[in-house]
Amino acid sequence: MKISTSIELPQSATLAAPTTRSPMQMLNIAKYVVYDILRNKFVLAYLLFLVAVSMSFFNLESDPTKGMMSLLNIILIVLPLVSIVFATIHLYNSYEFMELMLAQPLRRSDIFLGQYLGMAASLCIAFGVGVGVPVLLYDGSVRGLVLVVCGLLLTLAFVSMAFLATVLSRDKARGIGVALLLWFFCTILYDGIVLMSMFAFSDYPLEKAVIGLAFLNPVDLARIAMLLQLDAAALMGYTGALFQHFFGSTLGAGLSFLAMSLWIALPLWIAVRIFRKKDI
Amino acid sequence: MLQVQQINKTFGKLRVLNNINIGFERGQAVAIIGPNGSGKTTLIKSILGMVMPESGTIRFQGQPIQTDARYRRFIGYMPQIGRYPDNMQVGQLFDMMRDLRKGETAFDDELIQAYKLPAIYQKTMRTLSGGTRQKVSAALAFLFDAPVMILDEPTAGLDPLSAEILKEKIGREKQRNKLFLITSHIMSDLEELATDVLYLVEGQLIFFKSLDALKAETGEARLGKAIAQIMASDYGVRSVH
Repeated sequence: MKISTSIELPQSATLAAPTTRSPMQMLNIAKYVVYDILRNKFVLAYLLFLVAVSMSFFNLESDPTKGMMSLLNIILIVLPLVSIVFATIHLYNSYEFMELMLAQPLRRSDIFLGQYLGMAASLCIAFGVGVGVPVLLYDGSVRGLVLVVCGLLLTLAFVSMAFLATVLSRDKARGIGVALLLWFFCTILYDGIVLMSMFAFSDYPLEKAVIGLAFLNPVDLARIAMLLQLDAAALMGYTGALFQHFFGSTLGAGLSFLAMSLWIALPLWIAVRIFRKKDI
Repeated sequence: MLQVQQINKTFGKLRVLNNINIGFERGQAVAIIGPNGSGKTTLIKSILGMVMPESGTIRFQGQPIQTDARYRRFIGYMPQIGRYPDNMQVGQLFDMMRDLRKGETAFDDELIQAYKLPAIYQKTMRTLSGGTRQKVSAALAFLFDAPVMILDEPTAGLDPLSAEILKEKIGREKQRNKLFLITSHIMSDLEELATDVLYLVEGQLIFFKSLDALKAETGEARLGKAIAQIMASDYGVRSVH
């Protein structure tokens, strides 16, 4: 028999106590996002693909530096594409989950950042294992470490952009369109624009401007950081020497790390702000 | 305990909630009635903090809800269409909800048992029929023994037996001094459950009065007839245009 008593409510004072961000709730939500992603099998396929590509490049090229170069080129195209498109689609598909969470006593920002954490962790683990393990096995030097760290930061930045693209539009097709456009711009279009402007203004000293332009694209930041490790900058003439001089310095390295962090934090911050005011 | 003060909400050019002012108290079971698109679900979602009104305040126990998510601990919500992660199993869903609301002590699994949900714990949400999903939604809404229950079309899609189980459950919980907000188009259901009637048309609150007062005013013995009379007269429309 059910006891038919009235249930008590807390005093309004308890309700009014200031809320603190609860990292535990965020991690808890992230845990369920990771479960969901693991059931999806796509991340596993991504991991296996990365292992296959890494292994084959190191086996095909006798010189690990060349292998690393080829691997870098593939990573700089594939990683942003997979990160941004998968994260966008998954977040749209998590609409039901978010709706369920929003009816619970959970903060909106915790729900959203939990989603981010879960997605970023899954893709970072796939990349860390898929590329990190072969690179350490075949190369095992500092530059291998730089490659892995750059890849992880790039993953975080593109997942960030994916979350921004998702909250900007309710329509899934449009959101994925925005995500693809961002990818296309960062990996292909941007370099074309930089090259064209260098060509058009070739009579002027542009080297410093080019360094500035690199900060506006996370893919370029990762590329430059890697090329410096591979000593390929020496092949790029005066600009390359200047790159070496600037990005090779502690200040340059610090600044590019800062710029990369901004590429991760800024889109995510804007996305959280939009999500907090969004109608579900 | 729950105050809705001067709430306005527009979707594009459409005005969905127009200066809504209501106060709800415990022990009430409020039937929210109105034609399709009159703003019933938007009102409910505003109270839940899912929809952000352009202006106005909603207070729970005197505190504005915009500043804090924790008041939702005291609200059980059954959505019109319960949507859940496709790949999740029924059992996992219940486990997850308990895990995400750790520290809560009052659990009410009466509906889980009454609907024999443990038998389908291994099934994924994707494979469930609409009615079974509704049962899951109902069981989830009552799971944390919340003092405020918001039910959006609770019996739509349920078979007669399951609908009866739910209505009996609502009746029992009403005795425990809970506040119920129920939308439905099934007047006979509302007549059994409601103590008060809130009538919305095109985002405007037309009236909010007790069921008995409504019946006395219209001279009808049945809620369905009373509402039909109001809808047919220009009473519902006059204040809008």
